[in-house]
Amino acid sequence: MINTSTKTKTDASENLILKDTSGFDAGSIRKDFPILNTTVHGKPLVYLDNAATTHKPLVVIEKTREYFEETNSNIHRGVHFLSQKATNEYEEAREKVRSFINAKSLKEIIFTKGATESINLVASTFGRMNINAGDEIIISYMEHHSNIVPWQMLTQEKGAVLKVVPINDHGELEMDKLPGLISEKTKLISIVHVSNSLGTINPVKEIIDLAHSKGIPVLVDGSQSIQHLKIDVRELDCDFFVFSGHKLYGPTGTGVLYGKEELLESMPPYQGGGDMIAAVSFEKTLYNELPFKFEAGTPNIAGMIGLGAAIDYVRGIGIEKIASYEKYLSDYAASHFVDIPKFRPIGSAKEKVSVFSFILAGIHPHDIGTILDFEGIAIRTGHHCTQPVMKRFNIPATARVSIAMYNTKEEIDHFVRAINKVFEVFA
Amino acid sequence: MNNELKELYQQVILDHNKSPRNYGKPGEFNHSAEGYNPLCGDHVDVYLVVDEGIVKDVRFEGSGCAISKSSASLMTTIVKGKTVEEAESLFEDFHDLVTGKLTDEEKIASLGKLGVFQGVRDFPARVKCASLPWHTMKSALRDEPTKVTAEP
Ligand SMILES: Cc1ncc(COP(=O)(O)O)c(C=O)c1O
Repeated sequence: MINTSTKTKTDASENLILKDTSGFDAGSIRKDFPILNTTVHGKPLVYLDNAATTHKPLVVIEKTREYFEETNSNIHRGVHFLSQKATNEYEEAREKVRSFINAKSLKEIIFTKGATESINLVASTFGRMNINAGDEIIISYMEHHSNIVPWQMLTQEKGAVLKVVPINDHGELEMDKLPGLISEKTKLISIVHVSNSLGTINPVKEIIDLAHSKGIPVLVDGSQSIQHLKIDVRELDCDFFVFSGHKLYGPTGTGVLYGKEELLESMPPYQGGGDMIAAVSFEKTLYNELPFKFEAGTPNIAGMIGLGAAIDYVRGIGIEKIASYEKYLSDYAASHFVDIPKFRPIGSAKEKVSVFSFILAGIHPHDIGTILDFEGIAIRTGHHCTQPVMKRFNIPATARVSIAMYNTKEEIDHFVRAINKVFEVFA
Repeated sequence: MNNELKELYQQVILDHNKSPRNYGKPGEFNHSAEGYNPLCGDHVDVYLVVDEGIVKDVRFEGSGCAISKSSASLMTTIVKGKTVEEAESLFEDFHDLVTGKLTDEEKIASLGKLGVFQGVRDFPARVKCASLPWHTMKSALRDEPTKVTAEP
């Protein structure tokens, strides 16, 4: 039986210390995000859909604008001034990413268009090379579709097997089931660090240690952890780590694949084209060195430079400070959400980020979303690209509030008040 | 409440959402289809008994938002007793209504209760909710394969 509401209630009241000790000034942070001044249906925007994408601070907007106004050129191929400048800035962004996740080498940082492409890259290179008929890949029940479908396509192509770690009623991985799923046939574990629909923080370090004790590499989908948690890929010792820049206050169309150098070296290229080659003749192509081997074609230069600016911005505030403020707001939200009638949280893991999926008994999430929209509130409704999670909880969809560093207590209060409008319509 | 919202969630719609008519799989039927909207997870099964070109019975089952549920419910009450051609032509009119193409007041009035869905035209994201049951019924009438998906 799934009845998580009582549990959450005690959790929330235990956390009622609700003192913002972070010294965090959300008010001044908000000034960095011009879009937060927007009104929607005549009401001030209350943006609570940050797990879908975050807004962009001025520094990111200005950096990309400046790039187009003062730098725009193709990279890695010109001797002229602007091309050199663009190349430098693009490569500086790579260094910013490397240092942000503490990778050993710049060779380990592959730029992609997003987490989805990063996972597909690994599936079609590492996967095609290493997964054969009868081999097994382990994922979990709470994966985003982008960490399910590429592996499904691969296992179907190869006659391999996809195994799935189940989740419990709180939306936590059933870690005791994992050892039983691992066999000599297991060639990869690909697991989400933080669930986008449940908010659960998974014990990825534990999974990686267990996998490595059996010689199995691990891919971590960090799409929902990179903006909330300090990430150190060397400490985690993950073999691959992927994320999208647009959920980290950067532009859309930017993504990162981190891979251990020796693994990336061993992998065949992903796409063929310019930039990924050292020399081409019709008989043979010599591939470029890392990371360029995996970056065919003209990339999203402005976007990646913008992502570099986003990382500077986040580091300037401090990811720990952000996390601590988000925790404070989450506790505040949780303590108020339990008082909403008919409120059923979906996902009540002990370790969670500021993501709250819920349903209101008898009212479909879409209707909630439409009515809240008229109060200026943006939330996500639907299955959040995690249909197996919906099936696990036997619901078609949820409404989801996801909180970022620029949200405030007042916005949470506004949300709770606005929920009353939903009850007014569906009285 | 905001006027557009009021237009969307009209009393008739809220009523059919609360107590859907012709709900549940019938014992006998000779046409059926499954409608599914992958974007939001809305799901509807439509069952019909068609005899000599006349829709003798139509029922539905599924899960979805107030708009899709009430649309399915109202559809069943309106289509029952109509010929297959009339049902299909109602689908066209309904579709034009919710997408805002149908503006002729007289024509809208002739659609009777279906007119309550006019408010949907102001909510492009919800058009597919309203039209999913109709798409599904059309597929059922034409014995097309299951898993209809509504237009984006
Ligand atoms: C956990 C998780 N993985 C992967 C993705 C895919 O990210 P993108 O669509 O930016 O490639 C998302 C985005 O919603 C996500 O939340």
